[in-house]
Amino acid sequence: MMTPRQKRFGLIGLGLLALGVAAMLVLNAFQSNLVFFFTPTQVANAEVPKGRGFRIGGMVEAGSLTREGDGLTVHFVVTDLAKRVPVTFKGILPDLFKEGKGVVAQGQLGADGTFLASEVLAKHDENYMPPEAAAALAKAKAAGAQSSSTLVVNPR
Amino acid sequence: MSVMGINWFKYSSPQAFYPLAGRLIPWFAAAALGLIGIGLYIGFFVAPTDFQQGEAYRIIFVHVPAAWMSMFLYVLMALWAGLGLGLNARPSFMMTQAIAPTGAMFTFLALLTGAMWGKPTWGAWWVWDARLTSELILLFQYIGLILLRASIDDQRRADRASAVFALVGVVNVPIIYFSVRWWNTLHQGASVSMTASPKMATTMVTAMLVMMLGFWMYSIAVTLARMRCVIVERERQPSWGKHAPAPDVAEVRECSGGV
Repeated sequence: MMTPRQKRFGLIGLGLLALGVAAMLVLNAFQSNLVFFFTPTQVANAEVPKGRGFRIGGMVEAGSLTREGDGLTVHFVVTDLAKRVPVTFKGILPDLFKEGKGVVAQGQLGADGTFLASEVLAKHDENYMPPEAAAALAKAKAAGAQSSSTLVVNPR
Repeated sequence: MSVMGINWFKYSSPQAFYPLAGRLIPWFAAAALGLIGIGLYIGFFVAPTDFQQGEAYRIIFVHVPAAWMSMFLYVLMALWAGLGLGLNARPSFMMTQAIAPTGAMFTFLALLTGAMWGKPTWGAWWVWDARLTSELILLFQYIGLILLRASIDDQRRADRASAVFALVGVVNVPIIYFSVRWWNTLHQGASVSMTASPKMATTMVTAMLVMMLGFWMYSIAVTLARMRCVIVERERQPSWGKHAPAPDVAEVRECSGGV
């Protein structure tokens, strides 16, 4: 037989468990609405919302950045190492925007498959080190653009 | 039950807790001051510049410990709330009440420093990604809890209502923590975690951990001080006994403006 005290703790425990399960189900149901950006693979598979703006995220492909004569319009390619999406953006890029680094762009997909961005944000990774260490690392694995785990976007 | 000859349960009575808290506060406050000072020194003068973000990353030494505290304190608060409901113990509810404002402060600090960090690195003060949004909800939870308690006059009802509110809200904490893993977010993943080696230079981790310890000491000191105020406010009884002299009028006045 349980004492009233044990019963109360039991009820609290059960309540929390039920709440946790409910929260999990809700979050699962809203899974696709909770992502901040879509990946180039999702764009290629037409899993992105049609007729309205969305964000794409990935890495700026190395060597893909070109600037038009006006100095403001830039073209680059966002890749998740599987698919690529060309992006056009007119405006000022954030300081941390670099080829081979993470990026999230908001805008609309044009008819020709080019993504017209209205806003570009830099996504940095969770690695922090002094520049010398970074240089040493880069030298060590000169081959291949190795990147952080969070920047390799889960393909679902 | 006694550990090392001290009857710990004695201190679960407000009138025994009151003087103990008073004696402990200076120690925790001093530790907080020292640790935060050391942490900031290491963070700003010893830790190296970052290879990507330059000096801007240094806000991490306030941002990350504050964000950790905002979650730790919520869990701690919910634990006391659960204990209070289960044991029907007033002092537990008092702890819930005493922790909430500090938790809210750290949540606000995490959001503020996050915005200050986001602008130079991401290029935006604020974005509605899962991490930022769930942390903002945490702030609303803290504020909601404080308001809920303040809006109910009957102390016992206020205790129970806010305890249930605190317990329900605890589901948000794992959501905040795992949001960067579960969904695509602009916010980067965890640099320091229990399961993997830190993804940052050792001095940087040291500074962050020292800051976190300092924030813990600060939280304990402030919570104890607030507990004393709560006790004074809620236990206005003539029979404080000879173990603990009743708080004097000046102290009561000092508290009445507070929580």
